[in-house]
Parts: sequence; C-alpha cells; structure tokens
Amino acid sequence: MSIFDYFRSKTKNASASVAKERLQIIVAHERGQRQQPDYLPQMQQEILDVIRKYVAIDQESVNIQLENNDHCSVLELNVTLPDR
Amino acid sequence: MNTREPGVAGRIEERVLAKIIVVTSGKGGVGKTTSSAAIGTGLALRGFKTAIIDFDVGLRNLDLIMGCERRVVYDFVNVLNKEATLNQALIKDKRTPNLFILPASQTRDKDALTQEGVQAVLNELSRDFDYIVCDSPAGIEKGAQMALYYADIAVVVTNPEVSSVRDSDRILGILQSKTRRVEAGEDPVEEHLLLTRYSPARVQAGEMLSVQDVEDILAIPLIGVIPESEAVLKASNQGMPVILDQETEAGQAYSDAVARLLGDQVEHRFLEVQKKGFFKRLLGGK
Ligand SMILES: Nc1ncnc2c1ncn2[C@@H]1O[C@H](COP(=O)(O)OP(=O)(O)OP(=O)(O)O)[C@@H](O)[C@H]1O
Ligand SMILES: [Mg+2]
Repeated sequence: MSIFDYFRSKTKNASASVAKERLQIIVAHERGQRQQPDYLPQMQQEILDVIRKYVAIDQESVNIQLENNDHCSVLELNVTLPDR
Repeated sequence: MNTREPGVAGRIEERVLAKIIVVTSGKGGVGKTTSSAAIGTGLALRGFKTAIIDFDVGLRNLDLIMGCERRVVYDFVNVLNKEATLNQALIKDKRTPNLFILPASQTRDKDALTQEGVQAVLNELSRDFDYIVCDSPAGIEKGAQMALYYADIAVVVTNPEVSSVRDSDRILGILQSKTRRVEAGEDPVEEHLLLTRYSPARVQAGEMLSVQDVEDILAIPLIGVIPESEAVLKASNQGMPVILDQETEAGQAYSDAVARLLGDQVEHRFLEVQKKGFFKRLLGGK
C-alpha cells in the first residue's frame, strides 16, 4: 500500500460503515418481528379476509405490527386501499 | 476419552453424553463445510473422539473436503432407514485418530431426514463419542432446522458481508426458539460467532465490515476469525482439512478457534494488516 492509499483510506466515505448502518436497522426490525406472538399471521389472514368481503385488496396491502413499549403493547394495523 | 465434567446433561443421564455442535449459517457458501471439517479434525487432534455428520442431504460435500469420497459405502439416510448400521456407515479418518465421518446421501430427497431418525442416530453416537459436529445445509428451512435442533453448541459461520450477517441473525432467532434445549426448558444453545473469509486489508480500506462491526450487530461471543486464504482452496483440492496445514494462517486460526471452543484463552491473530518496512518504522510499529 502506498502512502497515498494510506491517507485516502482514512478519508474515503467507507462503504463498510454504510453496510453496518443498514444491517443495524434491518436486524433490529427482524428481531422485533420474531418476538411477535404466533397468532399474528393467522390474525392478519383473517383480518384480510374480512376486508376482502368489501374491498378488493391483495396480501401486501395489509400490514400488522405489534409494538411493545414499557407499559403496553400497541397493535398497529395498516391497510392500503386501492385507488378508485 | 471423556474428560468433561458432568454438566446439566450429566446430572440427568447416567453416562456422559457427547456434546453436539452444529455448524450453521443461513447463507450458503460461507464456509460451513470447511469449518466443520477443521473443527472436527481439531477436536480429534486434541484427543476427543469425534464424528462429523454431513446434514446436507442431496448435496454431500464433506466427504470431498475430508478426502474420503471414495470410501463412502453407506450414508446417513441408509442408517436412518435401517439399511445399514451406524458402524457400517461411519468412515474412520485415515489421517487423524479418533475421527469419523458420516456422509450425507447423494441422491435421496431432502425429506429423508426425520426428527425421530436423526434423534436415534445422535443418541447412538452420543454413547461413545465425545463430540458430534453437524455440518448444516444452507438455508433456514427444514434441513438447517434439523441440523441444529439437537445442538448443545452452535458455531455460526459468518462472512463480513451484509447478506451473510443478516442470515446469521435469522439463524440465531431459530437457535433461540426451535431447539430441543428450548423446548425442554434447559439452558439455551451456546452460541459462537466464527467470522470467515476475513480480509484485514479490505477492512482497513473501509470496504469490509470489521470484526467489531459484526460483533456489534450479532452480539454473540467470537470464537475465531479465519482470514481469506488461498490455503483453503488448496486444502480442499487435496481433500485435506485446512487445519492440518499448520504452516498457513487459516490452519492456525482454526486451531485457535478449537482451543477457544474447549475453553482456552487464546489471543485473536491475523486481524491486522501486516505493515512492513519503511512504513512500519515511520508509524512506530504495531
Ligand atoms: N477462509 C477462506 N478463504 C478462502 N476461501 C474460503 C474460505 N473459507 C471457505 N472458502 C471457500 O468458500 C467456498 C465455500 O466453502 P464451503 O463449502 O465450506 O461453504 P458452505 O457454507 O459449506 O457451503 P454450502 O452452503 O453450499 O454448504 C469454497 O470454495 C471454499 O474453498
Ligand atoms: Mg457445505
């Protein structure tokens, strides 16, 4: 490695730090999902079925998440309805 | 030879059972088979009677890496189906005493492994082995789950690269929820991080996640760092586990990892770029 490389490596916007940041976010997200109760997928499916009685939506349009805070859990339901 | 003190298992069981180590990763091609061969050989070299089992049904490779591919007669699935006894299927390693290999089948379908079958084989092996090393297939589905279900210890093989780290974290999730130990309410599976294909120069250049980065994300203890090394390919060409080549950094790094697995305190090596000559002096060494 030349002397120029040495100093360049210190100042360059390192891609490894981008990788680390992205990983920290996705891993935290996936760990959160893992801790969700087993009934969640089934419940998501049933909610989807109910909504489908009235509106034509697909699987990806319903997003259910359980957020655990210190004192309580919040069930968050997001449904994207199609444009009309 | 059984030198372990009776642990939790020892209190419940009469005899001291083998410790079951799974080598797993989620992502494919990160070095599980290379590491299984090295760790199994390393344990046998330290005097422990060791069996390495290839769980990669349909894609067996451990036999090639261990150099015993021409001696395969029966395999894991034959034993499960009672077409052969365990003793008939186990291949005694030619180079290393105390070491045996149980090859995977080459042709059968992946569903050939059943929970009960695997348990029966592991139970039988447990009686006269000290360590059983399970070389997991890639993925997080049934095959990988079968390989880790009975484990006492997990070696999570990870490359310093985004998809490998993420998959390792997923495997950790499975290790914490879908194992015999969890289901029996015993102590959880002991988890160890084995970082492989590490390139200090690229880390220094900011192009590769560092050991610290991966440790920060996965948050499990580090058992070893294996440098990216030409010696690994060379060893696999010859059908010889790389740990037997103690001239090489990869071989030495695997020996260190085995020592740590057995509880020795060993400093990590090969983590820094070897600076040399003028520059080294200019910077005051190290
Ligand atoms: N430290 C290393 N340096 C260089 N090459 C390596 C190193 N470790 C593994 N490899 C190479 O990476 C490739 C994959 O290794 P290996 O077969 O052990 O991975 P694997 O995780 O078992 O793969 P699979 O998921 O397909 O079972 C091989 O070509 C091997 O030689
Ligand atoms: Mg493999």
